[in-house]
Amino acid sequence: MSFPLLTVTALVPAVGAVATAAMPAARRSAAKWLALSVSLVTLGLAAAVLVRFDPGGARYQLTESRPWIAEFGVRYELGVDGIGAVLVALTALLVPFILLAGWHDADEEAGGDKPGRRWRPTQGFFALILAVEAMVVISFLATDVFLFYIFFEAMLIPMYFLIGGFGDRAHEHGEEEASRQRSYAAVKFLLYNLAGGLIMLAAVIGLYAVTADQLGEGTFSLQAITEARASGELEMATNTERLLFLGFFFAFAVKAPLFPLHTWLPNAMGEATAPVAVLITAVVDKVGTFAMLRYCLGLFPEASEWATPVVLVLALISIIYGALVAVGQRDMKRLIAYASISHFGFIILGVFAMTSQGHSGATLYMVNHGISTAALMLVAGFLITRRGSRLIADYGGVQKVAPVLAGAFLVGGLATLSLPGLAPFISEFLVLVGTFSRYPVVGVIAAATIVLAALYVLVLYQRTMTGPVKEGVKGMPDLRVRELAVVTPLIALLIFLGVFPKPLTDIVNPAVEHTLSDVEKHDPAPDVEAAK
Amino acid sequence: MSTTQSVHNLWTHAAAEPEKIPTPHIEYAQLSPTLIVLGAALVGILIEAFLPRRTRYTAQVLVAVVALASAFAAVLALGMDGYGTTKAQVAAMGAIAVDGPALFLQGTILLVGLVAVFTFAERRLDPTAHGNRVDSFAAQAASVPGGQGERDAVRAGFTTTEVFPIALFAIAGMLVFPAANDLLTLFIALEVFSLPLYILCALSRRNRLMSQEAAVKYFLLGAFSSAFLLFGIALLYGYAGAVDYSSIARVVSNADNATDPALAGTMGNDALLLIGGAMVLMGMLFKVGAVPFHMWTPDVYQGAPTPVTGFMAAATKVAAFGALLRLLYVVLPGLRWDWEPVMWGVAIVTMLGGAIVAITQTDIKRLLAYSSIAHAGFILAGVVATSEDGVSSVLFYLAAYSFVTLGAFAVVTLVRDAGGEATHLSKWAGLGRRSPLVAAVFAVFLLAFAGIPLTSGFTGKFAVFKAAAESGAGALVVVGVISSAIAAFFYIRVIVLMFFQEPKADGPTVAVPSPLTITAIGIGVAVTLVLGLAPQYFLELAGDAGVFVR
Repeated sequence: MSFPLLTVTALVPAVGAVATAAMPAARRSAAKWLALSVSLVTLGLAAAVLVRFDPGGARYQLTESRPWIAEFGVRYELGVDGIGAVLVALTALLVPFILLAGWHDADEEAGGDKPGRRWRPTQGFFALILAVEAMVVISFLATDVFLFYIFFEAMLIPMYFLIGGFGDRAHEHGEEEASRQRSYAAVKFLLYNLAGGLIMLAAVIGLYAVTADQLGEGTFSLQAITEARASGELEMATNTERLLFLGFFFAFAVKAPLFPLHTWLPNAMGEATAPVAVLITAVVDKVGTFAMLRYCLGLFPEASEWATPVVLVLALISIIYGALVAVGQRDMKRLIAYASISHFGFIILGVFAMTSQGHSGATLYMVNHGISTAALMLVAGFLITRRGSRLIADYGGVQKVAPVLAGAFLVGGLATLSLPGLAPFISEFLVLVGTFSRYPVVGVIAAATIVLAALYVLVLYQRTMTGPVKEGVKGMPDLRVRELAVVTPLIALLIFLGVFPKPLTDIVNPAVEHTLSDVEKHDPAPDVEAAK
Repeated sequence: MSTTQSVHNLWTHAAAEPEKIPTPHIEYAQLSPTLIVLGAALVGILIEAFLPRRTRYTAQVLVAVVALASAFAAVLALGMDGYGTTKAQVAAMGAIAVDGPALFLQGTILLVGLVAVFTFAERRLDPTAHGNRVDSFAAQAASVPGGQGERDAVRAGFTTTEVFPIALFAIAGMLVFPAANDLLTLFIALEVFSLPLYILCALSRRNRLMSQEAAVKYFLLGAFSSAFLLFGIALLYGYAGAVDYSSIARVVSNADNATDPALAGTMGNDALLLIGGAMVLMGMLFKVGAVPFHMWTPDVYQGAPTPVTGFMAAATKVAAFGALLRLLYVVLPGLRWDWEPVMWGVAIVTMLGGAIVAITQTDIKRLLAYSSIAHAGFILAGVVATSEDGVSSVLFYLAAYSFVTLGAFAVVTLVRDAGGEATHLSKWAGLGRRSPLVAAVFAVFLLAFAGIPLTSGFTGKFAVFKAAAESGAGALVVVGVISSAIAAFFYIRVIVLMFFQEPKADGPTVAVPSPLTITAIGIGVAVTLVLGLAPQYFLELAGDAGVFVR
């Protein structure tokens, strides 16, 4: 038995979470450093996964397989493909920055009146983030549907406590209102996702019933099911397949989130602290789009094709609606949340375009959106901490008092609007090309909305950073060392991947061939007639 | 024509040489779990009669714990001997079945009982009364609430140590209930465990009037349901000419056409079978708390002393579902097409009804009562699966659920203010800030109730729904997940309350319990997590135990 690298990658943050939570109340700063070092070790492990992964090799590598719950046909099966590898890397990369950016976020909680003897919010905050990381990593690595489901669902709980317990204290109507809003956002987040997850549970059970019926023995193994489908051993009735697909897709569409199931995201991202908002949109939500690619397309190819028109339309609505609503936002964090909804529309478009450019574009989009949103949101968070307000109207002329902060904000914003030269441009371009080659009309409409992205980003920049220096902004300190340590690497990465995306595409492109072969699709041949 | 002839036959039968009544053959070893508990209950009564008051508590707790532990050991020994699988048999002249489901459920009931006895014996939560440590039971049950007698009893430091033998009697009845293999044994077991429960419900130290009201409600409705059950038994006897399960099953499936001449007028009359079967089922559904026979649940759960509520919620459900399963799978499989739609309906309204009504509750004990109704619905979904998988999924669910319930109610006993337990939900606000550990433990139980993965609740729910889906009850699964989503709402609401709201100035305090309650809660948490993370062994156990002896 070789070294179980994947298990260890997921286990390290899990153990780290427990250890951090167990730190005594007085050792707050030690707990922080412990959590940070655990996340760095995880990053190292994720890098090792990336290095050990051979893009030209088998679809799933570094596989581990152990029996777990035989009664349900569940195995503890891990394996990594190119898409999973880069997403694990993205997760492991972002978490240290999230921790660092949220270094003081849970401190004031400790000063609340009459906290109990064992009330340790700081430890809790850092432990919960690590717990989310562990669960996200394992859901990227699982190749057993049941195993995936368990962590897909279980990660809601730490996420819920992060949103509800450590929300943003900046609120225009005072702290009590902030607390009420926060708990509302947390409950909304949980109920939406739980409802999605429970519907998926019915589909997971249905999948078991189908495999048990046809293969004689129920299984959740992704590989076993795909193989049985390929060999014709497993044939789902059209209606069954469609129902199961809908069950899975519903859960992922809530998570992703796709219009009209998106309404929890602005609340959650608005009320959570900026680092937690990044954790939601850049890390946790990626599980949704990733799962569409792996599970919806992989398990139910025909139903996916059947649903494509509707999904494409919903994705388009997400893109346009998200961007339009973003333009009208007064609240900085909600603006970024709606921008994310628009971006998730692009990712889902890429997934369901079912072309190789679409799929690799979608995968790259997940990575790049993660990095760019992290950069923008974290800088916005730094800004909000300084001024104590999330309202755009409260800012103005920041670039005169805090030029570095304004510059970082600008780069993050430009990345969000997919400026060429920055990483998101490549993925957005690929998604559009991939969509256009199969669905030209959809591609054209989607491309046109890029203008809207420019609008909300640039208007946001203009209103907050330029113009006369507003009252509350005067004397605002520029980025501190800790904050620079968060922002600089992210921006460097955005620029690096913008001019040299090859390391990523080398891993993703071969993997995408597998996801395409799942749906038995090939890229449409260049068609001169259609292009005219 | 038949009337005269049958009378004649009856006459000749009676006139014939009387058959010798053989001495009943009792398999003492196989029945040892029940016998041990019954014996200990009798010893407990003798202790009440003969030991001085100050030593009774220790003696009673000791007897109860030793009895339950050794009865559990006996169950284990029987199980390892293969009585659950290969050597499954009907003992005591056909009255008691010793088979997989019976042993599994008896083991569960005994463990639940053992943990419950720990919570019964807790004496550190209530403030001392005149220097005496007291538990959650009335000083003297017979004294008038608020009267002089009560004050005297409290001053004298009386405690109701009778609760231990009473609980042992209840447990003994529960052990027989799922194992009963004829209808009369079933009825007697029902009464043996119900009557002690009525008494236990009435014994609360605080809120005595409410407690007594709960007991009266429980008693009256329970008596009704017993009457239904008994009437149903009579009708089934009229139909089948026998009360033992296998004979009835044979008549139901038309395998046995030998008509008892004395019952020639009624035997084989399907009307009797249907009405009788329905009435017996009603008796069972009352005990499991299924809608529309659930009305007693919230009042009784709220009024009874909380340790009793926990015990009752966990153990009664296990026993009653065991009996229901045996009835449906052994006696009435031939009638499956008739009861299945009915049970479908009951399962659906129970799941939805429990979950929806729970949303509006403001008292934690009532909330848990309605949640227990919703859970009864989930278990019923496994019951109607009518497969071996269905049986084992129900067995597993019961084991998982009962420990979550015990643990949750044990936590409820800890949260107190001047008036005793602070069960109103508004008082739980901010508990997570005051006592993070207690709140976290309660959150684990709530998440298990909600069926969140990595807890036993998820494994159980998955098992039950899987069995239902495989037997073609996809619609039940869909209703099940919808009501799970509804149910999640109110579990989450409590978590929000505990963690995200500011503590109130006059909020309750969390009492520091003795190791007894800590053990009870600890066992609850441990079982919840083990059955969530590594359920394999226990699922196999339940899987092996899924076959009824006929």
